[in-house]
This record gives sequence, structure tokens and C-alpha cells, in this order.
Amino acid sequence: MAIHRRKFLGATAGAVAATMAGCMGNDGENGDGNGDGDGNGDDGGASAEIVGETLTLTTTTSTYDTGLLDEVNAAFEDRYGVAVDAVAQGTGAALETARSGDSDVVMVHARSLEDEFLEEGYGVNRRDLMFNDFVVVGPEDDPAGIDGMESATEAFQTIADTGSTFVSRGDNSGTHTKELAIWEAAGTEPGGNWYREVGAGMGDALNQASESGAYTLSDRGTFISMQDDVNLGIRVQGPIEGGPELLANPYGVIAVNPAVHSNANYDLAMSYIGFLTSPEGQEIIENYTVDDKQLFFPEALSEDPNFQQYVPEGWSSDGGE
Amino acid sequence: MIGPALSSQPFVELLSLLSGIISEPLLVEFPFERNYVTSIIRVSLYVSLAAVAASTLFSLPVAMLVGFTDFPGKRVVVAVINTGMGFPSVVVGLVVLFAVSNQGPLGSLELVFTKEAMIMSQFVLATPVITGVSLAAVTSVEEGVQDAAYAMGGTRLDVALVTIKEARYGIVTAVLAGLGRAISEIGSVLIVGGNIVRADGTSITRTLTTAIRVEARQGRYETAFVLGAILVALVLLINGIVLHLGGTGRGR
Repeated sequence: MAIHRRKFLGATAGAVAATMAGCMGNDGENGDGNGDGDGNGDDGGASAEIVGETLTLTTTTSTYDTGLLDEVNAAFEDRYGVAVDAVAQGTGAALETARSGDSDVVMVHARSLEDEFLEEGYGVNRRDLMFNDFVVVGPEDDPAGIDGMESATEAFQTIADTGSTFVSRGDNSGTHTKELAIWEAAGTEPGGNWYREVGAGMGDALNQASESGAYTLSDRGTFISMQDDVNLGIRVQGPIEGGPELLANPYGVIAVNPAVHSNANYDLAMSYIGFLTSPEGQEIIENYTVDDKQLFFPEALSEDPNFQQYVPEGWSSDGGE
Repeated sequence: MIGPALSSQPFVELLSLLSGIISEPLLVEFPFERNYVTSIIRVSLYVSLAAVAASTLFSLPVAMLVGFTDFPGKRVVVAVINTGMGFPSVVVGLVVLFAVSNQGPLGSLELVFTKEAMIMSQFVLATPVITGVSLAAVTSVEEGVQDAAYAMGGTRLDVALVTIKEARYGIVTAVLAGLGRAISEIGSVLIVGGNIVRADGTSITRTLTTAIRVEARQGRYETAFVLGAILVALVLLINGIVLHLGGTGRGR
């Protein structure tokens, strides 16, 4: 966890000193000095009005557990002087928290759930942010014999047919949503003693699968960041390594609609989305590696933008679906 | 809300030293930023001590009142207190979340994902424990001592004071039990606090218990164990200090 020190402008020093004086409330900065963290020659441009403000982000466990979030949030704090309070939940929970107006911006990865969120009017200005992919991981001895299969549905079908233990997130997260979609595409209703819903984050699910010699569906990022600690290997690759498109894992970022929740910190949320989808933010995502492997692939910049990223998929102005 | 920051600096210094000693025999390098671990310790202490302090101020008068007076429905009150001792912290967390959420009755205070919300839920958790154990201590003293005090011509107030003095060991135990309940619970603080750490490693609402969960989730069990050892050491330390201050004079 790199410590990024911020460079405060004279105008902000007073505000910071005040917060450092020990007000333990919902305060902003715990600034501890100066010195420009990344030497990009940009001194932050933070104005006295926004320093001390916080932005609440609800996101998925995968962005947090891989360490990507620390990286981008530190850069955002450097630039805007605004601290990001990141609450890592599953995609479903993250959207639910935003629905009740308890967060300002969401970073999630389940398009069907995101679309509901947009259609209900809770979110505005969705942007494609980045993608990685899902992989089917399992024990070294591969009891179901799915190693190297080209098709996720075939692999799932085989796991079900052989009754090999499968750990499901079971937490209404993006990964869980994807897993259910694969079962549906495979035409199999998972159930029985071999299918275990653990109701936990990706890291927990990988640990449990490792302990009990089970298969599970994981996002590649979290798996790579944990692979030294678990006795699991990738059995079916995702599209990044030439696997099926079904295993693609796109992430979106959405601002909470300020017309629905007047307390939503909309301008900061848009600054955050703007930063993440800017060349600078996208470069940070591109350059983030664990064990020399790139975990996330930026997707926001395009000369030919995909208009579907702004609206629920399949939506069109002449009457929808 | 609870006044200024807990000046836990020397305390934290001591803990850093302690955690060094703890991590030595476990043969793990201290695996995180100092700032990360000290700020987590600070949040844990601030939230739990504030909650227990507020809860003690609230619970003791209630225990006295219930202990010294007879009123209709007293048995119901005692039953409620005793039930509350075993109340699941996750449920308390949920209730507090609904109260402080933007949609809830306290939504305008914007307390969700803050330390104050965590203090609220720990207050709710600690209060029945402190009230219940204090009540038991007070009522166990009552009979013999009260008679003697009245016999010597004491007023009601004198009797109450004598009783508190006699029951002080039990009351200290009650406060410690409440603190144990508060500092070691994870269910409610996870829900209402959101387990937030800033990008520079400064904890906003991450406590030792929720940090242990994060480390375990990511498969970093050594780190989780070190944090666990710190938590245990912390509880022992606080117990030692409180027992020392509270005097170890036996109730009777």
C-alpha cells in the first residue's frame, strides 16, 4: 500500500490543520505533510471548497482485493484533494447501497444489474471503465477433467455431471450473476451436495475452494493476486487468453442520480468518473500489475465510442427494447 | 457526539512495540504499513471506548434504578435486559443501518459509514451487558448490607452509596464485559461502518476485527494472526488497566 503524500496549497493548509486537530467526525484529510507523490508536475489544483469533502464509492470486492482501487484512488486524491471512501461489497449490495442514497458513485461489473439500476432512475452517466475476464479454476488433480476446455458451458455441464464440488459465491455479486448466467446457458440447474453457496467475497470463495478441492468461477484479477496462496489452477481460460466470450468481465462506473438523492455528491462523482475514464486514469489501470501480470484492461477511450455504454443495453430512443 | 479525539498516541506507540514483540515469535515480518495498523488500532479503541463510556453513563443509573426500586413490570424490564445481552450483533448492525441510512429516520445526519454509526451500534450492544451485570452485582449486595445500613440509621442515599461501594468490583466487571462485547464484535461494525480504508492506508472505519476478516479473505493468514494477537493483547491490556484503576477489592 503505497503512501501517497499530498501537496497542499496554501489555501488548504488551514482546513487541513483544523481537521488534524483531532476532529474525529466525518472529516476529510489526514494529510501528513507534503511532497508530490507522483511527480507529474501537477500540484493538485485542489480548491479550498472541496478539500475535506469525501466521495463515497461502493464497489466490488475484486477491485479492492486486487489492490487496483488503492492505486487509482490515491492518484485521484492527489489530483483533487478529495478522499475516496471505498466500501467493498458485492455488485448487488453496492448498487443497493447506492439506491438508498448512501453512496455517490458505483464501480461494478454486472451489466444486467447495472441496467436495472439505470432504468429505475437511480444512476446516470454510466461509462465503460475497463474489463478483465473470468476463469474457471479448480484443483490440480482436476477430478472433472475439464482442463483446457474451450467452452465454459461445457465445463460447467461436466462439473455437474461428475458431481465435482463447486463453490458458488452466492452473494448476488457480479461474479455470482455471471456464474448463474453460465449455468443457464449450459441448461443445468445447479444443486445437490456438490454445489456449495458460500455467501462470501471472491477471496473467501477461492480460499474455500482451495481448502475443499473444489471448482469455482473467479475473476482473473483476484485469482492472480491470490494464486500463491491457494492450491488452484486455471482450468478454463477467459477471452483475454483466447477463451470464450461468455467469460468476459466488463466493469462500469455510474454516478448516483442527484435528482433522486439530493445529498449525492454529484459533481465529485462526475469528477471521479471523469478521472477514471481520462487518458491518465486509464493509463493507471493499464499499468497496474500483480506479479508482472496486467489485471485490468482499460476500455473507456475510443475514437468510435460504443453508445450502448451510456444507456441500458438494447435501449433505443424510439420506444426501448 | 463524544468529545475530542482520543489521545491514544502513547498508547499506540506502546502497541506498536507490543505488536513487534508479538510478531517476533511468529516469525513474520510485520507485514503492513505502520500507519495502516496504528490507524486501525486507533479506530478500534476510539469506537469501542466511546461506546462503552457512553453506555456506562447510561447503564449504571438504569441498573441502580431497577435494583433499588420496585415497580410494576420490573420483571419484564429485567427479562428485556437479560435478553439484550445475547442479542446478535449483526441484527443490531442492520437496525442501526436502517436508522442512519439516507432513507432512515436519522438519514439527514449522514452517519452511514462513519465511526459515529459504529459507536451507536456498539452502544446498543454493550448497554444490556453493562446494565445486566451491574444489576446482578447491585442486587447481590443489597440484602445483607442494606439492612445493616438502615439499622445504623442511614438514609436511602447512604444505602445506595454503600451498595455501589460494595458492588464496585461487579460494576467494573460489567464495564469490562461490555468492552469485550464491543471491541471483539464484527457483525455490526462491518455493516454500518463499511470497513473503509483510504488509499494512503489510513483507516476511516476499519477496526481490528474487520481488518482480520479482510486479511483472511485475501488468504493472508499470517497478517490476520498478527492482527488477532494485537487485538487480544489490547483486550488484556485494557482489562489490566481497568482492574487496576477499579481496585481489586472484592465485593464481599
